Amino acid sequence: MSSIDANPALSLSRSRTDMLRKTLLSRPSTVFAVVVIGIFTVVALFAPWIAPYDPLAQSFFKVNQYPSWEHWLGTDQFGRDVLSRIIHGSQNSLLFGVMAPTIAMVVGTTLGVVSGYFGGMVDRLVTRVIDMLLSFPELLFAIIVAAALGGGFWSVLLVMTVVFIPGFARVARSATLAVRQEPYIEAAVAMGIRTPLIIIRHVVPNMFASTMLMMTLWIASAIRLEATLSFLGIGTRPPEASWGNIIRDGLTNIFGSPWAIIGAGFSITLVVLAFNIIGDALRDAMDPESAE
Amino acid sequence: MLRIVLTRLFDAIPTVLLVLTLVFVSLRLLPGDPALVALGDQATAEQLELFREQTGLNAPIWEQYLTFLRDAVTLDFGTSLITGQPVLDTIARNLPYTLELTFVAVLLGALMGIPFGIFAAVRKNKLPDQSMRVFTLIGYAIPDFYLGALLLLFFGLNLGLFPVIGGGEGFLDRLHHVALPALTLAFVKIAFIGRLTRTALLEVLSKEYVRTARAKGAPERDVLLKHAMRNAMLPVTTGLGLSILATLSGSVAIELVFNRPGLGEMLMSAIAQRDYPMIQGGVIVFALFVVVVNTLVDIGYQIVDPRLRKAA
Repeated sequence: MSSIDANPALSLSRSRTDMLRKTLLSRPSTVFAVVVIGIFTVVALFAPWIAPYDPLAQSFFKVNQYPSWEHWLGTDQFGRDVLSRIIHGSQNSLLFGVMAPTIAMVVGTTLGVVSGYFGGMVDRLVTRVIDMLLSFPELLFAIIVAAALGGGFWSVLLVMTVVFIPGFARVARSATLAVRQEPYIEAAVAMGIRTPLIIIRHVVPNMFASTMLMMTLWIASAIRLEATLSFLGIGTRPPEASWGNIIRDGLTNIFGSPWAIIGAGFSITLVVLAFNIIGDALRDAMDPESAE
Repeated sequence: MLRIVLTRLFDAIPTVLLVLTLVFVSLRLLPGDPALVALGDQATAEQLELFREQTGLNAPIWEQYLTFLRDAVTLDFGTSLITGQPVLDTIARNLPYTLELTFVAVLLGALMGIPFGIFAAVRKNKLPDQSMRVFTLIGYAIPDFYLGALLLLFFGLNLGLFPVIGGGEGFLDRLHHVALPALTLAFVKIAFIGRLTRTALLEVLSKEYVRTARAKGAPERDVLLKHAMRNAMLPVTTGLGLSILATLSGSVAIELVFNRPGLGEMLMSAIAQRDYPMIQGGVIVFALFVVVVNTLVDIGYQIVDPRLRKAA
C-alpha cells in the first residue's frame, strides 16, 4: 500500500485516470457521448452477429422497400438490408477513424520531437514542409492524393495518415522546444544520460496530454474524412459497406428510397458529435482558460 | 506595397514545387502501372505500349518529372482520353461554377455568421449564446454532403422549390441553382464565423477603450458597431480567408450531391472514367488554387493590418 503511494509515477497516473473519469462523467452531454461511442464500438466489433441480414445479399423481390418490422431501415436498390449495411459500415468508419490518427501520431510525434530536439538544418526543413502541408485544407489534401491513388483500403489508410502527420508533428515540435529549455533536461544532459533516453523519459511524457486531446478531435475528423472519401468514390470500394459509400449509393437511388442516406448520415453525425463533445470536455479540463 | 506582393509570390514558389512533386510521386512512383490504371485490365499489350509512348511514360523518371513540371507551370495538361478535348478547356468551362459556389457560400456564411456572433456575444450565456453552442456542435458534426442530400431531398424533391440538377443558365437561374448547394456549404461557415466573431467581440468588449467610449456616453449601438466591431474584425477576416479553402474542398462533394458542373465534379468523373490527363490537370489546378488563395489572403492581411508588414 505505502509503496504504491510513494511511487510518484503511479500516483500521477492514478490522478490522471481520476481526472479522466471526472471529466467524462460530470456532464450529461459527455455521458451521452460515452454511451454513443460505447454502443457504436460494440456494434462495430460484433457486426456479423448483430446485423439481421447479410449486408451483401441482394434480392430482386425486395428492392427499395420502406422501413418495416422485417427491415427496420428498408432496403436499397439491390434489395440489400440498409440497417445491416450501416452496421457493417461502422467497422470501416471506426477502423480508419482510430487507425489513421494513431499511425499519424506515432510518425508525426517522432518527426516533431526529433526535429525540435536537435534543431538545425533538419528542423528548418521539416518545419518548412509541415507549414506548407498545413496550408492545405485536410480534405483537399486528401482528395488530391487519393485522386492519384484511386481508392481501396491501403490507399485510404495512406492518404488519411499522411494528412494527419503534419498536425501531430507541429504540436510535438513546439512541445519539445518548450521542454528543451527546462533545467531538468540540462541536468539530465549534464549527468551524461543518453539522448534517446532523455527523449523517451523526459520529453515524450510531457506532451502526452496535448497529444491525447488531439487524438480525440482527430478521430472525429478521420471518421468524417473516410466518409467523405468513400462518398466521393475514392475511399472504401463497393460492394464493401462504409457509411460514405452507402450515402453515395443512396443518392443514385434518391427516387427509390431515402432511408439509406438518412440512416448512414445520422450515424456519422452521431459518432462525430460524440467524439467532438469528449474532445471539448477534455480540452476544458486540461486548459480551463479556453473554457469560456 | 509592390515589394510585399513580390515577396509573397516568391515565397509561394517552394510550396508550388513541393505540391507538384507530391502529385507527381502519387501519380507515377507508387506501385501500379499508370498505363494499366488508365486503360484498365482489358487493355492489350499494344494499347498499353501506345499509351506509354503518347504520354511519355517510356522516358526516364527525371525526364518525366521535368516534363511534368513544365506542363504544370505552362498549364499544358494534354487532351482528355474520353472526349479528346484539351483538358485546359474543360477546366476553364467548369471553373466559373466552382468559383460561383465558393463565393456565394462564403458570402452567406459571413452575412449570417457575423450577426449571429454579435448577438451571441451581447447576450452571453442567454438563449442566443446557447443556441449558437448547439448550432456549432451540430455544424461541426454533420458531414456537408449529408446535409446537402437532406436539403436536396426536402426542398428539392419533396417541396420542388429548388432545381436538383445542373448549374443553370443566365443570372437568376444560376442563382436559383446555386442557392441550396451554397446554403449547405455555408452552414458550417455560419458556426465557424459566428464563434470567431463572438470570441473576438467578447475580448474587445473587455478593453479599456470600450469602457471609455461608454463612459463618455456614446450610444451602445455605436460602442458595439464602431468601437468594438472594427477591432474585432481582424480575426474574423482571418477566419473568412481560411474558410475560402475549406469551402472549396467541400464543394467537391457538394457538386456531386447536387449534380452541378464544376471542378470537383470534373475531377471525380475523370477518376471514375480513368481519364488520366484529366485527373492530373484537375489535381494540379486544385493544388495551384490553394497556393494562390493562400498568397492572396496573406497579401490581403498585410494591406488590412499595417502591423503585420513590419513582422514580415
